[in-house]
Amino acid sequence: MDAKGPDIRELPPITNATDTRDYLGAAAKQALMHDDYEIIVDMDAHLQEKGFWPEVMSYLENDVLRYTADNMMNVAATPLINTQPGLTFQALSGRIPHQHGQGAEPLDATSGVHRFAQIVQRCIDTLGVDYQIIFPTNMLHLGMNPMEGVEVYLARAYCRWLTERVLPEDPRILGLIYLPLNSVEECYRLVNQYAHNPQMVGFTICSVRNTPIHDNSYMKLFAMIEETGKPLVFHAGPHWDDPSFSQLNRFISMHALSFVHYNLIHMTNWIINALPERFPKMKVVWVESGLAWVPFLMQRLDHEVMMRQSEAPGLKKLPSDYMRDMYYSSQPLERSDMVLTKATFERMHAETQLMYASDWPHWDFDTPSTISTLPFLSDQGKRNILGLNAAKVFNIPLKRMRPRARDVLANRTPFAPGDTHAVSRSSPEFVKAGVKAGVTV
Amino acid sequence: MVDIRVCKSEDIAERGRRVVQIGAFEVGIFNLRGRFFAYENVCPHFSGPACQGVLAPLFAEGVCEDRTSLGRVFDPGGRMNIVCPWHGYEFDIETGAHPTDNRMRLKPVPVSVRDGDIYLSVPDRRI
Repeated sequence: MDAKGPDIRELPPITNATDTRDYLGAAAKQALMHDDYEIIVDMDAHLQEKGFWPEVMSYLENDVLRYTADNMMNVAATPLINTQPGLTFQALSGRIPHQHGQGAEPLDATSGVHRFAQIVQRCIDTLGVDYQIIFPTNMLHLGMNPMEGVEVYLARAYCRWLTERVLPEDPRILGLIYLPLNSVEECYRLVNQYAHNPQMVGFTICSVRNTPIHDNSYMKLFAMIEETGKPLVFHAGPHWDDPSFSQLNRFISMHALSFVHYNLIHMTNWIINALPERFPKMKVVWVESGLAWVPFLMQRLDHEVMMRQSEAPGLKKLPSDYMRDMYYSSQPLERSDMVLTKATFERMHAETQLMYASDWPHWDFDTPSTISTLPFLSDQGKRNILGLNAAKVFNIPLKRMRPRARDVLANRTPFAPGDTHAVSRSSPEFVKAGVKAGVTV
Repeated sequence: MVDIRVCKSEDIAERGRRVVQIGAFEVGIFNLRGRFFAYENVCPHFSGPACQGVLAPLFAEGVCEDRTSLGRVFDPGGRMNIVCPWHGYEFDIETGAHPTDNRMRLKPVPVSVRDGDIYLSVPDRRI
């Protein structure tokens, strides 16, 4: 063997100070696979509030709460939010640095672009997506906040901060109107105030709450939402204080169950109370519960409705039929048994009802390649799930906004054009999955 | 294959690592108890930069003879894992295998130490 000395570049450890473009560099290589797709939409990514909370708090329209928050800021990262202590285990004892956001990432202080917008821009360029829809993180639990009015004032402050400080920076960044269900009157106000904003592409109910979604007090709100033509999005979340979940002694257990739990509850109430019949034009989206729960609930509700029709008399078709009319986000896509994944896609009509989501910067995020490497999907199905479905649901213009993947790579790291080693179509997971699914990978 | 000299062996401390890019080839080199191991910097899960993640001790379930639990403890054998920073997939430094499903493995790269220098054997087409 010869000994010679080509150029060697040292790659530093990845930390929460790593530039997002380097952190996600391998995703830019994967983006070459679907670089010719018309549009790619990431319909669920997150703000990590910690770094921006003082700004959001400055929009609080309640003097006492703002005073309280100001005086808590030096002892709590996100005052007024009832973040549970157990949820700090998300980063796996420091194993996954990006979980809490790239808090120490150097940004361009001279550009004049808002810091959060800079982080989003780096992310979407590197992931290779045209648009990204932003959700909060810690605010996902506000529905459980015992302090009366906190959800209302934080919802107002968040919507103002997002629409006044972040969205004007870049048309590729999109948001949703946070609905504080603790006050339906406030929901009306927020719908009226922000529904016309083209970058606020829908409404979100953070599912972590013990609120019966079928309560009559919400029917006027749902009618208003249906009238706007924008979708209603249920975003799941974790919660360790639920009495059932308090039996679970490890984060993994709580996380695996609770994200699904809240969407199971709300979906069941939505269907059994015949809300799809009452709001036939409403576009309803279910986010961040993965997909394995969908065929489970389809079978379970179909089975029971056939025996207990008198308890769901408003239904004109099976629950699974209503579920197939709704929309879902893909993340975290369960891929450990591709036979089941394939069956799930077929049962839920994924090619028209599923939308790609990254969930970045959370620890179980998905890159677009989670969709483009699925061995059983047609090319059109991949295009639909990665962007065309979301463009339809959220009324997003079909216009390419993302840079070419090759340009992203050229601007960031040395890259050999023939290199495809980062495209993991041949990884053991995909090969195993392909064999099980009876397809060639 | 081409042998590439990367650094002196003393440049990588015990329980330390160096990740290098040679052309399009990214490799992590790890030192555990004076032995060197090298793997491609590509997570078999979703191609994340596995070798650039933290190095963490393997956790074990501490179960007593009477089958009661001590909870989680550090592996008594002192095994260490490479943790992919994308999703937390862990791989044993010495074997490259995931502790739960050893079919999931980092791809090894031949590494040797000669005269105090560390060499990697790299496919010609990758550099």
